[in-house]
Formats: sequence, C-alpha cells, structure tokens
Amino acid sequence: MAEHEFPVDRSAILTFAAAIGDTNPIYWDEAYAKATPCGGIVAPPTFAIASAHWNPHYVFRGVRKIPARVEEAAPRSEAAARSGGGGNLARVLHAEQRFEYKKPLHPGMRLIVSTRPGKSWEKQGKRGGTLQFSETVTEYRDERGELVLVATSVGVVTAKAVES
Amino acid sequence: MSGHAKLQASALKVGDVREQVLVENLSRTQIVMYAGASGDFNPIHHDETFATQAAGYPSVFAHGMLTMGLTGRLLTDWLGDGVLTEYGVRFVKQVFPGDTLTAKGTVTAIGADGSVEIEVATVNQNGEPVVAGRAKAVLPR
Repeated sequence: MAEHEFPVDRSAILTFAAAIGDTNPIYWDEAYAKATPCGGIVAPPTFAIASAHWNPHYVFRGVRKIPARVEEAAPRSEAAARSGGGGNLARVLHAEQRFEYKKPLHPGMRLIVSTRPGKSWEKQGKRGGTLQFSETVTEYRDERGELVLVATSVGVVTAKAVES
Repeated sequence: MSGHAKLQASALKVGDVREQVLVENLSRTQIVMYAGASGDFNPIHHDETFATQAAGYPSVFAHGMLTMGLTGRLLTDWLGDGVLTEYGVRFVKQVFPGDTLTAKGTVTAIGADGSVEIEVATVNQNGEPVVAGRAKAVLPR
C-alpha cells in the first residue's frame, strides 16, 4: 500500500472551485463560511482528487517533466497508437468514480492518503474492443488516523480510441 | 449558490426533480484550469496534437472528473454544503470543448433519519448522457 501526504489548502480549494465554475462563497469567503452550519470553508465534493498533486507515483503529475512524459506516452503515429497495448497511457480512461464522505474537508487538515488496488475484470466493449477494468481504492485519514473520505476509481484500458 | 439556510429532509419528497445548466459552450480554458487544479496533466485533455494524432480522438476532451465536479454543483446547490455522505458516477460519454451540459437530479428515497438518495444524470446539448450516478446525503429533519 502506497502512502503520501495531502495538506488541504485554502488556495487549492479556491482554484479547484474556480475550475468547476462554482461561485459558492463557502469555498473561499471565510466570514461567510463561518456563519454557515459548516463553520468554515469546506472543499467541493470532488476536491480530494487534487491529492494527485502530492502522489509521487502519479503518472500525470505536474511536478514531473511533462514534455518528457508526453514523449514517453505518445507513440510516433496514429497507427502505433491504435495497436498500442495496456502500457499506452493514451488508452487509459476513467470509467467510474465513487466517494464516501465521513467528515468535511477543511483548510489546514493534514491528510494521509493511502492507495491500494481493488477488483479487476474484463469486458467486451461495443465501442472500444476488449476493455480491461481495474479499481483503485484510496483512503484519506486525518492526523488522528480517523477516516475522512474513501475514493474508489475505476480505470479502463481500451484496445483502441473510443468512438464517441 | 447555496444559502445559509439548510434544506430539511421534510421539504423533499420522492420524485422531486431539479435541473441545472452546468456549463454552456465548455471552453478549452476551463479544461486547462481543471488540469491545473486537479493535478491531472494527462496530455489527452490539453494537447491537441497528442489527442488527435497519437491517441486518435477528434480533439482534446474534458477530464471525466471535471464533469463529475460540475455535476456535484447540482447536489451542493440543492442539498447544501457538507451534507453529502456518498457521491458516485459512471462516465458514459466524453465531453468535448463547445459542449453544453445540463444536470438533472431526482429524489429516489427519503429515510426517517433525514437521509436522502438522489439519482443524478448529466446530458450534453444533444440530450446524450455523459455521466450517470447517485448520491446520498443526510439532511436535518
């Protein structure tokens, strides 16, 4: 099981809310947020995904040298991409995502994130050939070790580009 | 936008529906903003050459998690902040720059303890589902 830290930061919450076009002041206005039943700024429901910034094993992590990753991920031609196997990052899509919330995320929380593989299975897809599904279960705990949130992600590797 | 007043479970009934336009004419800029905010720098979402020539897609497309995040706004605007206990979706169809997305939530169950279950679906401008899922929340009674 891989572990890494995830400090919940007010600026990161603001940036995330802006990216999902959410103007709710609970995500940035401290005075407003204090007067709500939440008692302070909270994170949007899908914010925990931003822990990717702190995951040293995350393949699309920004603090890596992105151009190098693009070269590595990109085959030389479309034909090569189409024949690419499971190792081709262009063929990995997000199939499903679930969150279970135990406590709200507030700025200042220092979370520990642990990730483990879940189930995996195969399916014959009508749009993308043979589909290989695999689950990743991510637990977020606070400094006392109490569970804050569980995120379950299902990824799928397609044999070719999904015809949308 | 959610207000100060908390929605009470007694104000909802099974079959109640709420619809909300999440984004009109989705911009590439918003997709890039989401890449930066989420930390998902998969080039398939921002690099047109990679998306079309290497990966074989018609153009870059939005992160599934951006659509899930946009859809989450229907839930928090309706039910309130910090009340969700579960939220899950399947990514049904890709979302491309220029798409207009509308989310629809339907109350499917209400418990005596104030728990509510919502079925949620977001469609594009052609009425095609892009995500579908469900959420649970616990509301004051």
